[in-house]
Amino acid sequence: MAELKTDVKSAEELAKTQKGVSVSEFFEKNRHLLGYDNKIKALLIIVKEGVDNSLDACEEARILPDIYVKMEEVSTEKYKIVIRDNGPGIIKQNIPKVFGSLLYGSKFHRLRQNRGAQGLGISCAVMYSQLTTGEPVEVLSSTGDGKTHRYKMKIDVKNNVAQILEEETLTGKEWHGVQITFVCEGIYREHKQSVLEYIKQTAIANPFANVVYEGPTGRFEFKRTINELPKEPKEIPPHIEGVEYGVFERMLRATTARSVASFLTTEFSRLGKTTADEICKVAGIDSKISPRRVEDKDIGKLVQAAKQVKLIAPPTDVLSPLGDKLVEEGLKKELNPEFVATVSRSPAVYRGFPFQVEVGIAYGQSITEFKIIRLANRVPLLYQQGDCAITKSAMEVDWKRYKLQADKLPTEPMVLFVHICSVWVPFTSESKEAIASYPEIMKEIKLAMQEAARKVSLYLSGIRKAEYMAERRKTFEKYAEETAQALSELTGDNAKKIKELIEKVVAEKAGEFEDTGEEEENGVDKKKKEKDEEEGGEEE
Amino acid sequence: MVKERIKDPREGLQGFARDIIKQLEKIQNPDMTLPVRNLSNIYFDDKSKLIMLGDKVSHRTYLNVAHTRKFMQTAMVASGCKKLLEQGVTTSIRDLFYNMKRTIPKFNEETFDTQDESDPLIEDIEASLNTLRENLHLHAEQKGSLVGPITIREPNFDTENDCAKMGASGYGIPSICEPDTVQFRDCKADFVIIVEKDAIWQRLNEDRFWKKHNCLVMTGKGQPDRGTRRMINRLHSELKLPIYVCADADVWGFYIYSVIKQGSINLSFVSDRLGTPNARYLGLTTQDVEKFGIPKNVTIKLNEGDKKRAQELLNYVWFKKKEWEHEIKHMLQVGYKLELEALSSKDIRFITEKYLPQKIKEEDFLP
Repeated sequence: MAELKTDVKSAEELAKTQKGVSVSEFFEKNRHLLGYDNKIKALLIIVKEGVDNSLDACEEARILPDIYVKMEEVSTEKYKIVIRDNGPGIIKQNIPKVFGSLLYGSKFHRLRQNRGAQGLGISCAVMYSQLTTGEPVEVLSSTGDGKTHRYKMKIDVKNNVAQILEEETLTGKEWHGVQITFVCEGIYREHKQSVLEYIKQTAIANPFANVVYEGPTGRFEFKRTINELPKEPKEIPPHIEGVEYGVFERMLRATTARSVASFLTTEFSRLGKTTADEICKVAGIDSKISPRRVEDKDIGKLVQAAKQVKLIAPPTDVLSPLGDKLVEEGLKKELNPEFVATVSRSPAVYRGFPFQVEVGIAYGQSITEFKIIRLANRVPLLYQQGDCAITKSAMEVDWKRYKLQADKLPTEPMVLFVHICSVWVPFTSESKEAIASYPEIMKEIKLAMQEAARKVSLYLSGIRKAEYMAERRKTFEKYAEETAQALSELTGDNAKKIKELIEKVVAEKAGEFEDTGEEEENGVDKKKKEKDEEEGGEEE
Repeated sequence: MVKERIKDPREGLQGFARDIIKQLEKIQNPDMTLPVRNLSNIYFDDKSKLIMLGDKVSHRTYLNVAHTRKFMQTAMVASGCKKLLEQGVTTSIRDLFYNMKRTIPKFNEETFDTQDESDPLIEDIEASLNTLRENLHLHAEQKGSLVGPITIREPNFDTENDCAKMGASGYGIPSICEPDTVQFRDCKADFVIIVEKDAIWQRLNEDRFWKKHNCLVMTGKGQPDRGTRRMINRLHSELKLPIYVCADADVWGFYIYSVIKQGSINLSFVSDRLGTPNARYLGLTTQDVEKFGIPKNVTIKLNEGDKKRAQELLNYVWFKKKEWEHEIKHMLQVGYKLELEALSSKDIRFITEKYLPQKIKEEDFLP
C-alpha cells in the first residue's frame, strides 16, 4: 500500500479546495435539473416560466390577463423571446431581485395554490440566456403610474445577485404590467411538446385569458371566452401532517410563540389547543415551556407524536379549481369537439396538503385521436408523460367497462383533460414535468376519470341508439313493399293502400316496441332447439 | 287430440292475411301468431304413443327488426301457396323458393337468400292453418325407395307400378303419398323392412331378400322424408304390415327409428300421419356385437358428440323404456358404435343370409 500513500490527501488539504457554491453556480452546472436539457425544450421552458408568472400576477391582482408572446430567430439557433402581460407590474426596487437572484420570491415560504412556487423559474431563464448567448435580459415594468422602469441586467453567478447593466425610468406611457425580453440559444419545432402546444393548452386551461403568440410560423390568437376569473386561492399555514423534521425544526427555532402549545396552534393549520396538548403529552414535553427551551433531541419526539394523534384535516376551501364551466369552455373553444363531459371531485388531502382533481373529456368532431392534457395548478405539463400520476391513473382505469375502445389508454378520438390543483403539487423533480404518484392523488384521479368516462359512455349510447333507431326504421320501410304485395295477393285488397297502412303503423308505433331475438313467449334453450331441428326433424 | 285438417286452405290463407290488414287498420303492430315448433312445445302422448304439438304460440311481429324480414317472407310464402292452389298445379318447395326470390328494389337485398329460409315458413303455415303441405300443393324432392311384392297405383299419372319389377333403382316413393294420389294394390308382403342406408338397401335388393322373405324393403336414405314416413304409416295402418327398422348402432341411427316410430319434434303437428308407433327396431345394436361375434376392429370409438347426444336421448320421454335405456347405457359403457356395413366384415351376405333372418325369426327387437 506504500505507493498509494503518496496519493492520500489529508482532510485539511481537501478543505482548501472545498468552498461554498451559490445557487446560481449550482444551476450553471446542473441546469438539466430544471429541465434545460436540450435546445428545443429550453425555448418552451422560458416561455412557460414567463407566461406562468404573468398569469399568476394577473390573477392575484384580479385582472383578466392579456398575454403577448413573441419568438423570433435572430441568427442560427439563437432566439429573441418577448413576453408581456397586463398585470400589476413590479415595483422598481424589486425588479432586480425578482429577475436577478435565484430562489427570490415570497411564494416559496407560503402555501397557496400558484403556478410557480419556487422562485426559481424566471431567474433560471435569465441564467440560461446569459449562459448560452452572454446577452442580458431587458425588463420593462410599470405599475400604472405613468412611469416605466427599464432594466438591462445579468445575474452575478458567484453572489446570486443582479448585475445591473442599464437602468432608466421612462415616462409618457400609461400601462401596467411587465415585459421581459430574453436572447437565448434554442431550436424551434412545432411538434407535440412545442411552445405552440404549450400556449394552446394554456389557453384551454385559462379561457379567461387572451393569449397572442407570434411565432416563427405565424401569429396565433387564443381569444378569451369567459370574462370572469376563477375564485382567488387562499394562503394557509402548513398542516403538521405534511411537515418533516427539517422544516419543523426551522419553524420551531424561528417562531415568536411563547410556548410550544401556542407554537403548534399558531404556526400550523387546523391545530387546536387540545391537539397541541396531546402532541406534547405523547412526546413527553411540557407544553408550557418556551420553544427555545425544547432540546434538539426532543424535536424528533414532537414530529413523531404529531403522527400518532388524531388530526383535523386542513381546510380545503383554499383551492381555486377551474370549475366545470371553465373546463368545458376551454375544451370547446380550442378543440371543437362533438361533446364534453366534465367532473370536479371534492377537495381531498395528501400528506396534509389539500388538493383537488378536475377531469374533462372532449370527444369527437375535430378530435381525431387520443391525447392527454395534463395540468398542475393550470400549467400544462408537456414532458415526462409516462412518469406522471395522471398517465399512470389513466392506465389503471378499465375504459372498456365504459364501452370505450382502449389498449390500456383509450384509443377513441378524445382528449382527456386532467387538472390537479393544490397548495403544493408534488412534482417528481424540480423541472415540474410530472406529478408524483401519491396513492391519495391517484385514487382521486381515477375516480374522476371513471365518472367522466361514464358520462361519455352515456352520451355515446344515446348517439348509437339514435343511429340504431334510424337503421330500424329503414328496415321497416325496406320490407313494406313486398309485404303489402303479398297481403294484397292474399286478400285482393289494394297493395298501395296496404303499404300506406304499414308506413303509417311504422311512423306511429315503431318507437313503442322493443326488438327481441326470440319469437317465443317463453324463454327457450336456443341451442337445444337448433340441435333438435337439425337432427330430429330434417327431411329433404 | 288431432284436429280435423283443412283440405282446402285457401280460405285460411285469406283469413290469415285479412287478420293482419285488420291490425294495420287499427294502427297495431302486425302480429302473426304461430305455433311454437320446438322441444319447448311438444309432449309425448301416452295414448297414441306419438310426439304431439303443444299449444304454445309465438308472435312474429312486423315492428321488431329481428322479425320483419321473416314476417315479409311468411306473407310471401302464404301468397305463393295461394297462387299454386288457384292454378291447380303442384310444385316443389324448391320451385316455390325460386318463384319468390327477387331483389327488393332500392335496397339491393334478396327476398330470400336460400331455400333454408323458405322451407321452415311452409311448415309454419301448415301448422298455423292446421293444414298439410300436400294440401298446399307442395312437394319435396323424392328421396325414398321401395322394392317388393306390391303394386302401387298413381291415378294422376294413370299408372300401376309393380314394385317387384323395378330393377336396381326400385320404386321411387313420391313426396306426396296421400290416398288420392298413391293407392295400394295386390300387396303380398308379410312385413316391411326399412334400412337406414341406400347401400344396404341395394344389397337387400340384389340378394332378392324381399323375394326370399316375402317383404317390402324400403330406405329413406338417412333420415326419411315426409313421403317415405307417410308411406310407412299407411302400409302399417291400411295393410296392417309389421314395420321393422334397421339402422346403424349409433345415436343418429336410433333417432331415425324414433322419428319413424313417434314422429319428430319439428313436425310434431303431423305426427299422426307420419309416425308409426307400432314400428319395431330390428338392429343394429351394440349388444349384437357379442351376439353375432362381430370383430371389435370394425367398431368405432364414441366421440364427445355421440356421448352428449346419447345423454339427450336418455332424457327424451319416448326413450324411457328399459330395453332402450339398457342399449344406450351399454353403448356408453363399451364406448363404441358401429355401422350396418360392419356386418360385411363377417361376409358380404352375412346381413341378408344370417343377421336379418335370425333377428326376425327370434323376434329379437327393441320396442
